[in-house]
Order: sequence, then C-alpha cells, then structure tokens
Amino acid sequence: MSHHLVEVRDLHFAYPDGTDALKGVSFRITHGESVALVGANGAGKSTLLLHLNGYLTPTRGEIRIGETPLIRETAAAVRRAVGMVFQDPDDQLFMPTVFEDVAFGPLNAGLPPDEIEHRVVSALERVGMAHLRDRPPYKLSAGEKRAVAIATVLAMAPDVLVMDEPSSHLDPRGRRRLIELLKSFKHTKIIATHDLELVVELCSRVIVLDDGRVVAEGQAVELLNDETLMLAHGLERPHSLRHLHPH
Amino acid sequence: MGLGQWLEIGRMDELGRLDTPAHRLDARAKVITTIVFIVVVMSFPRYEVSALTPFFLYPFALIALGRIPPGYILRKILLAAPFALVVGMFNPLLDHQVIASVGVWSISGGWLSFASIMLRFVLTVSAALTLIACTGIYRLGAGLERMCMPRVFVVQLLFLYRYLFVIVDEGARMMRSLELRSARPSSLRLRVYGSLVGHLLLRSMARADRVYRAMAARGFDGKIRALHRASFQWTDWAFTGGWTAFFAIARMWNLADALGRILAGGGS
Repeated sequence: MSHHLVEVRDLHFAYPDGTDALKGVSFRITHGESVALVGANGAGKSTLLLHLNGYLTPTRGEIRIGETPLIRETAAAVRRAVGMVFQDPDDQLFMPTVFEDVAFGPLNAGLPPDEIEHRVVSALERVGMAHLRDRPPYKLSAGEKRAVAIATVLAMAPDVLVMDEPSSHLDPRGRRRLIELLKSFKHTKIIATHDLELVVELCSRVIVLDDGRVVAEGQAVELLNDETLMLAHGLERPHSLRHLHPH
Repeated sequence: MGLGQWLEIGRMDELGRLDTPAHRLDARAKVITTIVFIVVVMSFPRYEVSALTPFFLYPFALIALGRIPPGYILRKILLAAPFALVVGMFNPLLDHQVIASVGVWSISGGWLSFASIMLRFVLTVSAALTLIACTGIYRLGAGLERMCMPRVFVVQLLFLYRYLFVIVDEGARMMRSLELRSARPSSLRLRVYGSLVGHLLLRSMARADRVYRAMAARGFDGKIRALHRASFQWTDWAFTGGWTAFFAIARMWNLADALGRILAGGGS
C-alpha cells in the first residue's frame, strides 16, 4: 500500500476564536514530488500542515493520504506515513538523549528492540549525526538539532515528509547541508517556507497560499519568476532566478 | 548566569544516564526501597532525632554507588529547604517543655521537634533526589507504570518534569528581555511581575502544546515504552530486601544510641 499520494480537497478550518485560517484549499501531490508551500506570514501554511497528520480536524473538506481518508480512526496510521518536522526543533526534541529521541517514534510503533536500534542508527547516519547519539539534545547547535529532528522522523520510515520552515535558524553552511540532505531523500516532500532560494533548489512545484486560499500553483521556476504574483502575496522573486536566462 | 543554569535543570538527565551499579538496578527496586525508606523515616515519633541519623546511610550509599556529586544533591536540598523551615519554625516558639538536656543546656521539645523535622526533610528529599538522579525520570516512569501505578499519574509526572524545562526556558527568555529593557532590574514593580507571570503561563502552555503535537506526530498514545526492559535480577531483590531489613532494624532499635553505648562501653 502506497501512502505517497497527498490529496487535499476543499479544506476549511476555523480556529475556536473564529479566525478563518483556511478557506477552501485543494491540491494534489503525487509520488516522489517535492512541493513548496509558500505564502506570507499568516497565510495559513502552518495551519494547513497541522491538518496533514490529523492534529487539527478540518471544519469542512477532506484529506487523503494514499488511499486512506484522514479521519480520527486512521490518524495513527497516517501519522506513521506522514513524517512531520516542526519549525522549532526544541519542541520536537524532548527526550534526555539524541538516541532516545530518535527511538521515540519506533518505540511507539511497537517495534522490537533490535529493529529500533537499527532504525535509530541508520536514521542518525543518514543525517550525519551518528556521533551525537548519547548527547542531550538541548546542548546541540541549531544545525545539529535540525538534523536530529529530521532523523527522529526518518526513523519512523515515513512515505511523506512534511516540513515547516526547515531552514530557519540555520547558518549558511547548516542550510547548505540541509538542502543537500533533503535533495538526497526520495520521499514525497511538502515544505512550507519563506526561503525561496531553497524552493528553487529543492522543489519542482510551488503552491502559493494567501489568506487561507491557494492563489497560484505551478512549476516552481515559472511561478517564482512572476514578480507581480510574488509581490502581490507578500513574497519576492528569488535573487538566483534574476540571473537565469531561459530564452 | 541564566535561570536554567542556576537550577542546573538539565543536570538531572545527565546523571540519570550514567552507567553505575546504582543505575543498573531495576527502577522498581529503587522505588520500592525509597518508599519504604520514606515511610519508615516518617513513622518516628516527633521528638526523635538520634535514631534518625543511621538512615543517612541509604542516600549516602546510593550517592556513592551512583557516582552522583554530593554537592549537586546538597544544592537541590537547600533550594527546597525554605519549605521545611516554614513548616518547622514555629515549633520552638510554641513548645517550651524541656525534654532533654545536654550538659548545662536544656533543650525544649520545640527545638527537638524542629530538628527532627529538618532531619526528616533532608533524609526524604535527598533519598527522592538520589532516586531520580540514579534512575532517570523516564526509566522511573516506566518502572512506576510496571508497578501498576495508573498510567494517567505516570504520564502526568513525566509531563510535569518535561514541562519544567519548558517553563524554565521560557522564564529565562522573558527575564533576559526584561533585564535588557529595564534600567534598574532590582526595582521591578509588582504590576510588571503580574503581567510577566501571566505571560509565562500562556507561553508555556503554547509551547507545551507544540511539544505535545510533536509527540503525537511520532505516535505517542499515552503509553510509556522503555527501550531497555530490565527484569528483576537477584541484585534487585538483594538491594530491596537488604535495605528494608536495615530500615526495620534501625526503626526498632536506636542504632546511634547503641553505637554510642558500645563505643562508650569499649572506652571504659
């Protein structure tokens, strides 16, 4: 069974205080695609992401991960399929050691100890952090924390990776490493970010959100090059694209 | 020095991860022994002082066995000491009845019970702190759950501990921004403090929500699962049995008194 497909149909969500955060969002992301979710602050990116693993329940509309509609009963299975890397790694790393933190997901999945050990070690190796396994997470640098946070998700062997601002708080070298790391993943990726240069490098498709709606969707380079569109939605044309001459 | 550093909040986790004879004991063995210890220490009559002293052996032994820096435990005890002081400080004022005398000084019951309260406080708090330091809170929680403690309580305990970090962290950030923007940090008005505490609560709750979200995203369903499921070894039985026997003996006979008499008898 493949979970690599993510489909969102007419998603509406209002916070209890009455704020309409999502006003009919629809999109479809297919196997192995890498899609950027861009939009100004408050456009609804984070709210949308929280729906993708069932943390928030839509007031209207539907989400499908693979063949599975995301409802309360399927949330546990969907959470295994959709790995979510949150914006602040400090929120994601809560165990006393890096190893235990990465083992948390597999442990909850009820895997046998050998398999857990194997998964943790390979996830940490994948992100190049195997040497930190016994360190307490709060003592790591921002880049290390981010990498470990990604490893915690990889250890659950998800089909889809969802990331909220993966490059925030990273220095240029850390950001470069992150981009190379994410490039090497074969997962379906959904990345919410303001880092449009990262989008240019990583994503083939872009979905522009504004005020809880999808206002544009298409090829990354094409959309990001549209200066009028970018400026209209609180974004800007990435600098690297100014030097590209497609003609 | 930040608030977090001052409280050495992460230190407990580091100590909990050490690998020493004390750490290798099953969490349940240490929990049971510590509970027996606390119950026995609390069961002494209110004026008892000397009979309590042999009980220091237990926290001392755990500290030595678990290679825990005694200074760390001591600092944590001092941090909690004001509470015990408040509980005991009126005893000397209210209870003037002379109970004992040492040389020319006569000791009132108030002072005796005050000393007894402080002793019990140091004993029980040091035992509890040492228990956490040589078990680690997560293993402790898993042990408690296997001892049929209701899961709700165990999860509460773990979250309480985990969110302590969150609150201290948020508090430290707020204090820093406050200090940066106030000319004289010492002259804080009460109103500012009120707003500060309110914000701290709200921010901690928001942060706690995000932590929970991250836990839920990784399949947390309220069950605590430990990576290393220790089984009860003969060492655990010996530890629990041996100490319980010692506590029973020390409860029935005043060992300090007996030792004194033996020493005095041997000397004459």
